[in-house]
Amino acid sequence: MNDKIIKKEELQDFLKALKKTHEVFVPVKEKDFYRFNPLTDESKGDLNFTNTRLSPKSLLFPQSERMFEYTLDEESSDAHIVKESSKDYSPTVITGIRPCDAKALRLVDVNFNNPEFKDPWWVKHLEPMTFIGLGCNEPANTCFCTSVGCGPFNEEGLDVLLFDLGENFLARALTPKGEELFKLVGVDKDADSDLKKKADELKIEAENKISSHVPTDKLKEKKVDDLFNALFWDDIAFACINCGTCTFICPTCWCFDIQDEITKKQGDRIRNWDSCMFPLFTLHASGHNPRTEKVQRVRQRFMHKLKYYVDKYNNGVACVGCGRCVKSCPLNIDIREVFSLMNDL
Amino acid sequence: MSDNPYLPHPVRIEQIIIETEDKNLRTFKLVFFNKEDEEKFNFIPGQFCEISIAGKGEIPIGIASSPTEKGFLLFTVNKTGVVTRYIHNMKEGDIIGVRGPLGNWYPWEAMEGKNVVVIGGGFAFTTLRSSIVYMLHPENRNRFKDIIVVYGARSPGLLLYRQEIAEWEKRDDIDVHITVDATDDPDWQYNVGFVPTITEQKITTSENSYALVCGPPIMIKFTQPVLEKVGFKPEQIIMSLEMRMKCGIGICGRCNIGDQYVCKDGPVFSLAELNELPKEY
Repeated sequence: MNDKIIKKEELQDFLKALKKTHEVFVPVKEKDFYRFNPLTDESKGDLNFTNTRLSPKSLLFPQSERMFEYTLDEESSDAHIVKESSKDYSPTVITGIRPCDAKALRLVDVNFNNPEFKDPWWVKHLEPMTFIGLGCNEPANTCFCTSVGCGPFNEEGLDVLLFDLGENFLARALTPKGEELFKLVGVDKDADSDLKKKADELKIEAENKISSHVPTDKLKEKKVDDLFNALFWDDIAFACINCGTCTFICPTCWCFDIQDEITKKQGDRIRNWDSCMFPLFTLHASGHNPRTEKVQRVRQRFMHKLKYYVDKYNNGVACVGCGRCVKSCPLNIDIREVFSLMNDL
Repeated sequence: MSDNPYLPHPVRIEQIIIETEDKNLRTFKLVFFNKEDEEKFNFIPGQFCEISIAGKGEIPIGIASSPTEKGFLLFTVNKTGVVTRYIHNMKEGDIIGVRGPLGNWYPWEAMEGKNVVVIGGGFAFTTLRSSIVYMLHPENRNRFKDIIVVYGARSPGLLLYRQEIAEWEKRDDIDVHITVDATDDPDWQYNVGFVPTITEQKITTSENSYALVCGPPIMIKFTQPVLEKVGFKPEQIIMSLEMRMKCGIGICGRCNIGDQYVCKDGPVFSLAELNELPKEY
């Protein structure tokens, strides 16, 4: 295992050095919340956070992204012909991403990058990205990652994992990309066995601190119709106001809309995050709508994450236990309860 | 060439045909701008495209032409929403885009050597037209046994492809039953009655047969028991579904029924497959 040691005060220098060749994103505190911003002299980043309010999915799947452009100017020889927009796909390092959010990108990747169709923007954004994860010494009480195939020091989807050992980080390179990064900025002090042992202990300690657990073992074997027709959906949906906050903040929610926007004679085809919480999401032009009722939309969201995804991809549930929706739902709808209701039906 | 699955191929509207007396349905004959796009565009009856209009958006529409018809694509469009209203006001020579072919197709391999019963209602006859033209092509006709068509609309003026159907009527290698819900035309020489009723009269056996059924939900609802009565099993009843779509390639997340995306895993499903899915369409 390629474990290096980085003094805490050195990390900033390493990141600065990376900026010569990469765009570097770090968690930054804005008012009461954290978000990923580009590293600058003013905005140096702050790793003393639980997690960012929004998931980092927007770094490679922006809330609004231009896909194509075109001109409607009849004078132009290519009027009405839709063309790809040029984009910046330069190498990028995401520093401080939490293991749950890194795993979420792997879960979403099966949708955007499948054997039949590759979403070109997702693939091209993701390819030049390097992820330096930060393990969670102090998981929140809404975290339940260990129940859903993840954990506070889970390595999936990361190139480097940082263990916060007080004065030092133990930095573990997990992929050739991670090793490259070490070489590039001269991270070369090997961690001794004492520190490695400390890191292992830290991991176990953190896992034991996770107090929330959800059952998932029976989701796969359940019949779709039994879950779909279960009586508990009315109770779950009762308080829901279909605000869409859960889908907005969720690291594994990927649904989007495509819209054309015109300014004078220049047009853009844009994709925007969308949400299964909204009735317009499924409204046919004819007026027919397969999900007119709130309860149908609430059911769709949970069924997608905990049953349809499980059946379709054989890749576990589409939830990493980050707890964002639990914290942010204005009506206290708690996905952990839905796990139990569905699994134990 | 780009391999971007969201990028429409530019096409020119070569001809616009008004199909119905209410002028709500028009067929657009589209010709590819680039020869290489046309060469790469290989489809199978039952598939659809996203038709793209710069500045307006995209709509999923079944391909009404057959792969045996070379050099153009046909799409019959009902005037309903933003994009369809706009395309109805476009003129021959205008440039639009086509993205596809998308989705799956009717089970042609399984239907080989079988009787094919085609049941259509209203304007849901587009990919069925594609299928009939495909089967009637000299290269394909002997791959299938009897072809029996039941096609109905509310009134004679709302039937699609009237001239072509009249040509099929004259042939002896296809059995066509046209019907209307009602008509005051004294010269009307075909059936009067709802599609399920005419189906009950004309389709008397399910032996060695597949039924392709496309139409409004009410027609499907009452046709299904008629087919079951003569022994059609859910595996032999094939349907094509509609759903609100955006990407058309199973990525944007809106057209699912259970774990199936209608755009990519469909739009064609057997009744047996639909019976396994939640009733949410």
